[in-house]
Amino acid sequence: MISLGSCDILHSWGKFIFTGFGLGLLIGVTLVMAGVYRGMVDDGRILLDNSGAELWVVQNGTLGPYAEPSSVYDDEYRTTMSMPGVDRAANITYLTMQVAKGKNDVRVMVVGIAPGTLGITPGWPPFLAAGRQVTRNHYEAVADIASGFKLGDQIKIRRNHYTVVGLSRRMVSSNGDPMIFIPLKDAQEAQFLKDNDAIWQGRRRDGAGDEAIGTTPSSNHYVNAILVRVVPGYSQDQVADSIRRWQRLTVYTRAQMEDILVGKMIAASAKQIGMFLVILAIVSAAIVAFIIYTLTMDKIREIAVLKLIGTRNRVIAAMIMQQALALGVIGFVVGKITATFAAPAFPKYVLLIPIDSLSGFVAVMLICVLASLVAIRMALKVDPAEAIGG
Amino acid sequence: MGGKGIKIEGMKKRYGEGDTAAYALKDVDMDVAPGEVVGLIGPSGSGKSTLLKCLGAVIDPTEGRMMLGDEVIFDNGWKVKDLCALRRDKIGFVFQAPYLIPFLNVLDNVALLPMLAGLHNDEAREKAMELLTALDVQHRADAMPSRLSGGEQQRVAIARGLVNRPPVILADEPTAPLDSKRAMAVVRILNEMALKLQTAIIVVTHDEKIIPTFKRIYHIRDGVTHEEVGEGRSYK
Repeated sequence: MISLGSCDILHSWGKFIFTGFGLGLLIGVTLVMAGVYRGMVDDGRILLDNSGAELWVVQNGTLGPYAEPSSVYDDEYRTTMSMPGVDRAANITYLTMQVAKGKNDVRVMVVGIAPGTLGITPGWPPFLAAGRQVTRNHYEAVADIASGFKLGDQIKIRRNHYTVVGLSRRMVSSNGDPMIFIPLKDAQEAQFLKDNDAIWQGRRRDGAGDEAIGTTPSSNHYVNAILVRVVPGYSQDQVADSIRRWQRLTVYTRAQMEDILVGKMIAASAKQIGMFLVILAIVSAAIVAFIIYTLTMDKIREIAVLKLIGTRNRVIAAMIMQQALALGVIGFVVGKITATFAAPAFPKYVLLIPIDSLSGFVAVMLICVLASLVAIRMALKVDPAEAIGG
Repeated sequence: MGGKGIKIEGMKKRYGEGDTAAYALKDVDMDVAPGEVVGLIGPSGSGKSTLLKCLGAVIDPTEGRMMLGDEVIFDNGWKVKDLCALRRDKIGFVFQAPYLIPFLNVLDNVALLPMLAGLHNDEAREKAMELLTALDVQHRADAMPSRLSGGEQQRVAIARGLVNRPPVILADEPTAPLDSKRAMAVVRILNEMALKLQTAIIVVTHDEKIIPTFKRIYHIRDGVTHEEVGEGRSYK
């Protein structure tokens, strides 16, 4: 049996291609939205992976350095080191700020890393795309490639200038901000250090004038967290319990930290994106339904003739459904291509994974089937008598 | 399939019930032999279209009896369960306008019916090509309907009506959009095909040019048919 739907599509291919292209752009946006969510989750996981930690020791009662402000004395790591089952412990600070890059600012997360050795000390970027790790105690930085800085560039953080000696890749915060690694002491200082004007204004406000010189704190003994690596063979939960009991600090395992990042921090964004996906799905369904309905309306006389000459309802329904599915396939192909090429242009990491594409394809097909039902219902109602005059 | 003719006895069609009941067909009797072409004429509102729809199994007659050859298909109710198959296999339609399917080429427009009847595509196309050749439009087999002239379109529509060799063809004003020359050509084709395929053809028409060509005419007035046989009638 000849496929009436295919023949109609070939006959009016221009209409289908252009409609499919429009639908495809909408599907492309939907796929990118899903990719943005996946990218956020991936950023969160990579942040945890790249930290090289198995436990996060943070201020008691807080959710840790990524979700809430957390301050821990910087000598606590020594006590942590002495806990049974602790292999390595290292202080770390995180500070999200704008840094100047040429005439523009770039939002980065400044990470203060403790002195140590690559591969042993937690917190260090595990691999570099270019250059070397920070080896001096001051004024050197490793910047993520996404920040746009190059080897040898100078970065001004607060009052100090740092030379970029290495470039990392995919080292980003859970918000997707590229990281800049600097020595821990510099980072501790940067967390409270004010510029000269701010210090002067502060003194004036306090009414202390020049007598206040020397009272402004010049050092900071806090870090945001202690990253811990556990001796192989020890249970992470047991080690975490010991630290909680003896140091009176909150400790999170990798699974708990991932839950905080993905389940709490990204949850609101995920819901937001979910709402967009629902709206886009409804809009897509409405567009397909409208187009298929219009195409069917244009063929009322032909459908009446087909019914009069003995075409069964299922053949007519199949013809309409084939058109809706063809529109969906065209739309999906255009959407997938659009999303693939557009993804790198987005400021945030967009992760397109095959399962999302597959789910998207199934969803598009389902939407097309549902959208065609209105037109099919109308076509089945067409009276074959309409083909006979009078 | 052809060669059975159609016979209608006491057909009535009522719309509405009780006080609002109105009869569009009050008493219709017709008998068209295989190979015969008869005219069905009547003023507007006389019941022509209603009769055509009843004969075409598109609407249900209220009463009466209808036979295709020896088979009773309606006797105060349909005697066949599948009206869709009845229309496809046993009744051919030719409309006022050709109403060809615009997205199928000429060959597939004609081959569609045998395909719908379950014939393999190649066989259906072969059968369609035979008819297109008989109607002298075989050279346009690959063309889309929009590329054909009015006369060619009507010949393709006739081929579509005849392709399943139905015992009866219902032609609804088939010459209305055509000039005299083409109208007469269509009448000639219908007569030739009726004889060749032994099909009974009922032509509903207002076209005075072609009325004299029918040997028998049924007049329908107020839902009642009257037969008129003219000795001098013959198609030219």
